This record gives sequence, structure tokens and C-alpha cells, in this order.
Amino acid sequence: MADTLTIGKALNLGLRRAMEDDPKVVLMGEDIGKLGGVFRITDGLQKDFGEDRVIDTPLAESGIVGTAIGLALRGYRPVVEIQFDGFVYPAYDQIVCQVAKMHFRSRGKVSLPIVIRIPFGGGIGAVEHHSESPEAYFAHTAGLKVVACSNPSDAYWMIQQAIASDDPIVFFEPKRRYWEKGPVDTDSAPFALHESVVTRPGSDVTVLAYGPMVRTALDAATAAEEDGRSLEVIDLRTLSPLDMVPVYESVRRTGRAIVVHEAPGNLGLGAELAARITEECFYSLEAPVLRVTGYDTPYPAARLEEEYLPDLDRVLDGVDRSFGW
Amino acid sequence: MTRAESKRSAPPPGADVDFVQLLTPDGERVTHPDYSVDFDADELRGLYRDLVTVRKLDAEATALQRQGELGIWASLLGQEAAQVGSGRALRPQDMAFPTYREHGVLYCRGIDPIMPLGLFRGVDQGGWDPIANKFGIYTIVIGAQTLHATGYAMGINKDGKVGTDEGEAVIAYFGDGATSQGDVNESFIFASVYNAPVVFFCQNNQYAISEPLQRQTRVPLYQRASGFGFPGVRVDGNDVLASYAVTRAALDNARHGQGPTLIEAYTYRMGAHTTSDDPTRYRVASEVEEWQAKDPIARVRKLLEREGLADDEFFASVDADARTEAVKLRERVLALPDPDPTEMFANVYPNGSHEIDAQREQFAAYHASFAHEGGH
Ligand SMILES: Cc1ncc(C[n+]2csc(CCOP(=O)(O)OP(=O)(O)O)c2C)c(N)n1
Repeated sequence: MADTLTIGKALNLGLRRAMEDDPKVVLMGEDIGKLGGVFRITDGLQKDFGEDRVIDTPLAESGIVGTAIGLALRGYRPVVEIQFDGFVYPAYDQIVCQVAKMHFRSRGKVSLPIVIRIPFGGGIGAVEHHSESPEAYFAHTAGLKVVACSNPSDAYWMIQQAIASDDPIVFFEPKRRYWEKGPVDTDSAPFALHESVVTRPGSDVTVLAYGPMVRTALDAATAAEEDGRSLEVIDLRTLSPLDMVPVYESVRRTGRAIVVHEAPGNLGLGAELAARITEECFYSLEAPVLRVTGYDTPYPAARLEEEYLPDLDRVLDGVDRSFGW
Repeated sequence: MTRAESKRSAPPPGADVDFVQLLTPDGERVTHPDYSVDFDADELRGLYRDLVTVRKLDAEATALQRQGELGIWASLLGQEAAQVGSGRALRPQDMAFPTYREHGVLYCRGIDPIMPLGLFRGVDQGGWDPIANKFGIYTIVIGAQTLHATGYAMGINKDGKVGTDEGEAVIAYFGDGATSQGDVNESFIFASVYNAPVVFFCQNNQYAISEPLQRQTRVPLYQRASGFGFPGVRVDGNDVLASYAVTRAALDNARHGQGPTLIEAYTYRMGAHTTSDDPTRYRVASEVEEWQAKDPIARVRKLLEREGLADDEFFASVDADARTEAVKLRERVLALPDPDPTEMFANVYPNGSHEIDAQREQFAAYHASFAHEGGH
């Protein structure tokens, strides 16, 4: 069955279906019950599944993730909501030292099937700590898998796949795109969870993006077409592990690659991607792999975020720089 | 719900526990064995003026948000007495560490009310000097500032600035939800172990966004203090006199070397959590009405009227002055300049960074390239 849904609603339905499929799935977070979360992603779920399965927690992120670990050890599959990207840090110790390493420390005897949902990125005019892109911290941590959805179909399917997975997964949601609509085939998943996908085929330059920047990259591709340039857009979807096969295949064809993310460039996902592409596709490259990213500053005040965030023009500028090399 | 968990839905913890009150909702003065105030008529009128002004400025900010002039606003509606009472209890040498809602405390510190509005308009992230103002930068990350307050208080001890009337003290503001954070509990431990001159001022406004107090605690919050080894006291947070008396006593104890106190100001968030919130999803109107009857301003007015300390002319002039201040504030908010875009590269490091400098130059060159093409 194909529906047209927003990303937010697709996540909501995906969570609902995961809860129906497996009674061990529990949701935990601040304000996710009656309020349905500040973005309403869990809207109506507490009403239908009860306070035992949709748990309004005390206001303590370390507590939320730490107790999720205990619940997971006890056979549950906790799905944790961190209210905003900038509020995950109190839980950082539990995520990095405990969630990530329990399987390794127990020599594989236990797994922690925990999903940590984080609305991330800017563009909503918010005050500080509400617009961050902390994905590199988690992708840098062995033992965690990290994914980011960019459209309603992926939102619906990836959240279910993440919950079904025995790996601990940090699940990034593009908060400024929550209200964007798209088709969702609710009968079968189009892709596996850790698969990168060519979203728009092209021949001149490969643009790699994930989460909120996929839409930006696609818009840039449409604009570039008018200038006679053909951009191939790859939605990475999985940030750890990376799925480099389609990336290498694409870059060998186009000879150019540009990585786009909101997070600061310094030691961001783009750095890793550039290194790997250079290692594998060196003789195919017509220009260095370029990055279009947020600056290496704290996320600025809302009135400056348009200047901070990569936009269509900055992606096109990246394309120009690649061709001007 | 299982039996073991159903206890969670009990009435708010300690709703039946007494608090320190010196002025009833009907405007009657009552006595308390441990706390009192000796305000003269002028001072009482001054408190009334503070309360009305603070509420009016807050309403103006809410209106500015509705009109798109602020990105968001965290209203203090209902919490005026807790903030004015505790704010006026501070002595000039004392230091305050606020959350994002302490506009009333800020006002009582004599700080220009425009100061925090840049943050809510989105033109800066506070930007004021916390030391010069004796008022910390608004802290949105829940609970973090309680540790800063404690460390600052530890510094006061190290400097030997306790033990006399001129001693310094610190006040840390936070909400009921914040009491669940590790940071807040750790600050209690540090303050206790180091006997730091800090007052923990918890405005229990009954909600952390949508979550009622039961989600955070099974005991009245002020009782938490005893487990950490310092006194805790609950005060009627809608009573400006009691809020003042209790805070003044706790600060003076701290400055005289007697260590921390936890104050739970029992109050109610009359409005939404912020302008982004919709409280009709999680609380009933009758509850709000019940608290309306305990309004912090009405009871001071009743007192002034009952004791013949103020007449209609006074009340009218207070309202008129507050309106004038609100209009002035509005004009100044509208005039707040948008920041220069290169501002975001400034102040990342005290010693600067050649990498940031290079990015600023690239940024400028990139924007200049649009200017050549005839505007961006
Ligand atoms: C570490 C952290 N987690 C979550 C949030 C999101 N958040 C902002 S305010 C708030 C509730 C705070 O409640 P309380 O401490 O009672 O203070 P109040 O807002 O009621 O004054 C939450 C969960 C945050 N700002 N910081």
C-alpha cells in the first residue's frame, strides 16, 4: 500500500508497527507520553500501548540511556528519544562506554538492541543547543551503528529495521524536514538498513549527503541541470558502517565527489569519506574530494544559521570549485 | 499498568506538606516561628511594583513572540513572587546562576530587561558579562548551572570571603524537572562536602514541559536536601514576602559560613512551558483555575488595600509605568540589529585560531563573489 506521509508521521507509524510486531519494544524519553514528544513523533502511542510501553522518564538523559541498557539486558528492546541533539551529551558516557562496548566486553554473550533517536540539525530558528549535528562523535565510536533518514519512506522503514536489529543504533532524524511529505510503500522495505542509495542519477559529479542535506543536494542537482551539469546524489543513509561500494562505483564514473553535511567540516564524516575515496578512486579523480559543511564554530544564533548551513548555492559553489580545479 | 507501577499516579508528592507562608492568597499577613520580614510601606509598594512590572514585561515578550519578533519565549507567568522575592533577597555582592526563565530575578538585580532578549530573538546567545552583572548567562542545558554556581561558591570559600556580613553568597536557580539530572545531584554533593556558600533555589512550578512532578520524585523536593547533609525548606513560591524571607536567611547563612540550603519554592507555571508548547495536551483547565486563586500579585494588592498602604491612584500609576516600560522594551527589541554574519567566527577562542581566521576570510570572499554578480 502506498501512502503519502510526512517524515514525522512515517516515524510515528514505523514506531507503532514495531510495537505491534514485538511486545518487547518499549519507548522511553522526556515528554513522549501525553504530549507525544515535542515534535509529536510518538503522538498517540501512549494512549494505545499504555504507560508501561511508552514511558515518560525523569528529566535525565544519562538515566534514560543507562536504564535502557538494564532493560535491554532484561530482554527488552528500548527505543530512546533524546529531545534535541544538544541534550544527548549528559548520556554520552553511557552511550560510548556502556552501550557501545557491552557486546565486546561480554565476548559476544549479550547484545544491547537499543535505538537512540536524535532529532538533529538546524534550520528551525531555534535557540542554542537545538540545532546541532553530533553524528561524528558517535560514528567515531566502535560498537555503535549510526544511521540517518532523509525521507518518509526511509523514516518508516529504517526505524523498524533499526529496532529489529540487535546492534545498538544511533538514529538521526532530520528535524527541519519532519513536515516534508513523500510516498511510503508500507508493504515492503525498498532497502536494507545499512545501504547507501543513489537517489538521483547523474554523470558529472557525485554529491554525497545524508539526513537534512539530501533535500538540499537534490535541489542543487535540479538547479545545476539548468547550467548543463549533471549531479549524481547519493543518500548515504548509513554513517557507520559506511557503505562505500555505491560511492566508489559512482565516483569512478563521475571523477568528482563533494560531501555535504551541516556538521563542522573539521573531522566530520566528510573527512573520512574524502580519505576513503582518495584511497580507492585516486586514478579516477579529476579533482580533490571537496567538502561543503558547517563552519568550525559553535552553531551560531538563529539569525545567522542560514549563513552557517550549507545551502543550494554553497553546494553549487562546491561543484564550480571541483570543475575549476 | 502493573500494581507496582500504579503508585506512580499518586497525587503530587508533598502536596499536603506545609510551606513557609507570610502572606495568604487573601492578602492576610501570617506569622511563622522561623521567618519574618519587616518591610515598611514603601518597600511593600516597591515589591508590588516589581511584581506588576515583571509580569507586564513578560507579557510583552510573549506578544513579541506571537508577532514573530522573538523566536521563542519562556514565560515566568505565575512565578513572579518566587523570582522577585528571591531576587530582592540577594545582596549586591551575591552572584546568581539562572536557567532561561529568570527574567524577574534579572530585573530585580537592576539589569536592563533588554539583556536576555537578543537570545530569544536569535541575534545572539546571551552575550552579557556574567561577572560584571553578577548574573550568569542563561543556561538551557537543564541543571548545568547548578555545578557552576557551586564551583563559584567554592571559590568564595577559597578567597576567604565568607564569615561576615560582607561575605558573598551564590544562588542557583533550577526547576523541578532539573532535580532529576545528575549535574544537580552532583552539585548538592560538592556543595555539601565543601560547605560552599550556595543557595539552591528550585522553582517547583509542577511541570517539566508536559511531565508532572510525579515523574521526577516520590518525596517532596525540599526533603532531598537532608540526604545530602544540608537544610531544605519549602516556601510558598506565590508569596513574595515568604520567598524573600526564606531566601534572605539562606543567603545570609551561606555568607556567614554555614553552607548550602535547598529552597523549594512551591509555585505553578500558569502559561505554556514556552511559546512553542501546547499545555492543553497534558493538563486540565480546572487545575490552572485553582492556582489562579493563589495569584502572587493579587495577594499583595489585597494587603496594600487592607492596610491602607496604597490607593487607586497608586495602582493606576504602577500599571501605567509598567505599560510604558513594556512599550520601551518593545521598541528596543524591534531595533535590535541583526548580527554581522562574520560575528559567528568571533570569540570561538580567547587566543584566536588561524583556522577560524582562514574560514572567516573564505566566508567573506564567498559572499563577495555574490556581490559581484549583482547581489545575493
Ligand atoms: C539536558 C537537557 N535535556 C532536555 C532539555 C529540554 N528541556 C528544556 S526545558 C525542559 C523541562 C525543564 O523543566 P524544569 O526543570 O521543571 O524547569 P521549567 O522549565 O519548568 O522552569 C526540558 C526537558 C534541556 N533543555 N536540557
